[in-house]
Amino acid sequence: MEKKYDVVIIGGGPAGYSAALYCTRAGLSTLVLEMLSAGGQMATTTQVENYPGFNEGIDGFDLAEKMLAGAERFGAVSEFAEVTALHLAENSKRIVTSDGEVLARAVILATGAVPKKLGLPGEDDLVGRGVAYCATCDGMYFKGKTVAVAGGGNSAAEDAKTLSHICKKVYLIHRRDTLRAEKAYLDPLENADNLEFIWNTQIDELLTDGKLTGLALTDRVTGTHRSLSCDGLFVAIGRDPNTALVKNQVELDAQGYIVADETTRTSVPGVFAAGDVRTKPLRQIVTAAADGAVASKYVQEFLQTH
Amino acid sequence: MIKTITKENFAQEVENVNNPVLVELWAPWCVYCRRLSPALDRLADKLGDKLTIGKINIDEQPELAQKLDASTIPTLYVYQNGGHSEKLVAPGSQAQLETWLQENGAI
Repeated sequence: MEKKYDVVIIGGGPAGYSAALYCTRAGLSTLVLEMLSAGGQMATTTQVENYPGFNEGIDGFDLAEKMLAGAERFGAVSEFAEVTALHLAENSKRIVTSDGEVLARAVILATGAVPKKLGLPGEDDLVGRGVAYCATCDGMYFKGKTVAVAGGGNSAAEDAKTLSHICKKVYLIHRRDTLRAEKAYLDPLENADNLEFIWNTQIDELLTDGKLTGLALTDRVTGTHRSLSCDGLFVAIGRDPNTALVKNQVELDAQGYIVADETTRTSVPGVFAAGDVRTKPLRQIVTAAADGAVASKYVQEFLQTH
Repeated sequence: MIKTITKENFAQEVENVNNPVLVELWAPWCVYCRRLSPALDRLADKLGDKLTIGKINIDEQPELAQKLDASTIPTLYVYQNGGHSEKLVAPGSQAQLETWLQENGAI
């Protein structure tokens, strides 16, 4: 499919499709490359309550399909292919995909982020056998069972709340003695009588007989070891940016996010970063969508002079 | 071509057909299944009659879910000539799905 576009957007989440909407409306030929289906992380959220304009909330998958349709209405093109290599330094940027190559005058990187893993031996093998990363996705598998949640931020608190309605018993295991989660996320936890906090504790080992049977824990204050029986572990310890494709081409910060200020310009001329993949103080659907709009402005500015 | 598979038609539509059938075990509450569904729709559009996609709702078909070991979903199999492939769980991209279908002789 060797074709040349004014701008190729890599990633079809809210940043990507917002960028596509604004770029096509500015008259640029625009391609969105998405590897599975529109929406990214947003599409796995069944009820989005904090995207303005939807006073009763909206399903994240439906919102993604609307964003795709909204961009395609003005002429944006979607290709569902996997990007395998990027050559960003050249004037005409070359993108290698599972369906062939495309050329772009400018590129917007909107590849998003994925849930971070604990990094314990056997973790990958236990995915689907007790280890999970999304309570709204996989919680129903643990109906009436005992589960643990690892983490201390908003998503850990949200997962613990969701699971407390489904499971017999929920442990929330955190390395520190307080949660980082905001008050709105914490209040419901105090009313859940099947929820127990395990503070100052790290998970050393996943216990298994082919599926998860429990966790080996260490109390970080007293140094005592113990094991905890559980049927499931939900890991909610943050996210990793999807930057493997660009790590030797554009500047990344220590956590692997693409360094770009509010203009979304990266260290490479003609390459922009929008959404969760960019260094920024708040990663939300609305800020991702905002990045997409801003990126289109600086793409246009770049294309006028190159 | 997308078909709904139940325990009543499983033998006739999946086990006793010579052409490959891509079987997907899914449920309405499964968000990964929803993310995969547009990719399956695109495959159905692209391949038409060359590939049958059989969807099994595990909430409605618990016996089939157990028989096909759907301990996590979406779970996919290629059935052909009465046998089936290893399962594929929650492919992360359309390319991964298509490569797996090629490796298993379905496309």
